[in-house]
Amino acid sequence: MKRACHRLAETGYDEPVMAMLEVEIWRGGEDGAWRSYAVPHQANQTVLDVVTHVQRHIDPSLAYRFACRVGMCGSCAMTVNGRPRWTCRTHVSQAARKGRVRIGPLRNLPVIRDLAVDMAPFFEKWRDAEARFVPAAEPPDAPVRPDEPQRMAADAGIECINCAVCYAACDSVAWNPDYPGPAVLNRLWTLVNDRRDGDREGHLDAAGAGCHLCRSHQECADACPTGLNPTAAIAGLKREVFRRALGGRTREGRR
Amino acid sequence: MKEAWLFAAQRISAMVLAPLVLLHLGVILYAVRGGLSAEEILSRTEGSLFWGAVYGLFVLAAAVHAPIGLRAVLREWGRWRGAGLDIAMALFGLVLLALGLRAAAAVL
Repeated sequence: MKRACHRLAETGYDEPVMAMLEVEIWRGGEDGAWRSYAVPHQANQTVLDVVTHVQRHIDPSLAYRFACRVGMCGSCAMTVNGRPRWTCRTHVSQAARKGRVRIGPLRNLPVIRDLAVDMAPFFEKWRDAEARFVPAAEPPDAPVRPDEPQRMAADAGIECINCAVCYAACDSVAWNPDYPGPAVLNRLWTLVNDRRDGDREGHLDAAGAGCHLCRSHQECADACPTGLNPTAAIAGLKREVFRRALGGRTREGRR
Repeated sequence: MKEAWLFAAQRISAMVLAPLVLLHLGVILYAVRGGLSAEEILSRTEGSLFWGAVYGLFVLAAAVHAPIGLRAVLREWGRWRGAGLDIAMALFGLVLLALGLRAAAAVL
């Protein structure tokens, strides 16, 4: 470690360089290839810092996407050593294996170039499922309390920022082009549990068309950077869709 | 709606199968003495209403459970969809049911 310590004059950084990282980055479109880069490893360096270093100091033609750099926007999601992650919230020290980092585009989405994927299929499924709040004609007959079970179920999944990390992690998405994916179904579950929403039946119809394609592998829950559990949401949808198929009174009816 | 029913049928049959599979494994370990053959096992289980009923239920649950799972596998990995698949899986379930019930009936 001591041997590899350089200072500002040599690297252009004011942080000490701990070692050199061997970084492989996907270059090109779907038929691209991995290319290797040597990037100085520093303390508290994120994977996004590594990608930025490559673009600024080695190859300005590298395409990637980011915005906030603090885990708010969800646009910097990439595959880091085989796992979908927010690169801005992933330290190199936590992702690198023996000083090697392999950074690729998100899985299950068409690659535009390098690390940038086309998010359109992800959002189109969202749109097609109409997974959005529909205000009810009448307000709920009782105030919505934050501690009521239905509201708590909705709140459990509400912090999704549409980064598509779960979508990239999911094998059911890879196997089945019709599967809407964990994010859409998680959103539908928050709406189904929202007493202020006016289209519960519509949301359950949309969920019924896709939720049974989930194989409960929990890859989404494992990968979600926000710590949500879409698998649990989908299990809730399966139960609720079946309850409705039985002709029984759904939660809506019981309230 | 169909998917919701299939989901429920598979879950419920799995709940039935879980203890029966364990029991079945136990029976295999316990009952085999002179080699694993139908005659050898049947010589000791024959005429038992209990074992006939247990294995009848086992067969019923398996005949419901297996085709639904196979259907999902074929849809995803074989890209086979539509009514043809559903009919084939229904037939597969009936074959399982017939073969299984024939074996279970031998116990009685």
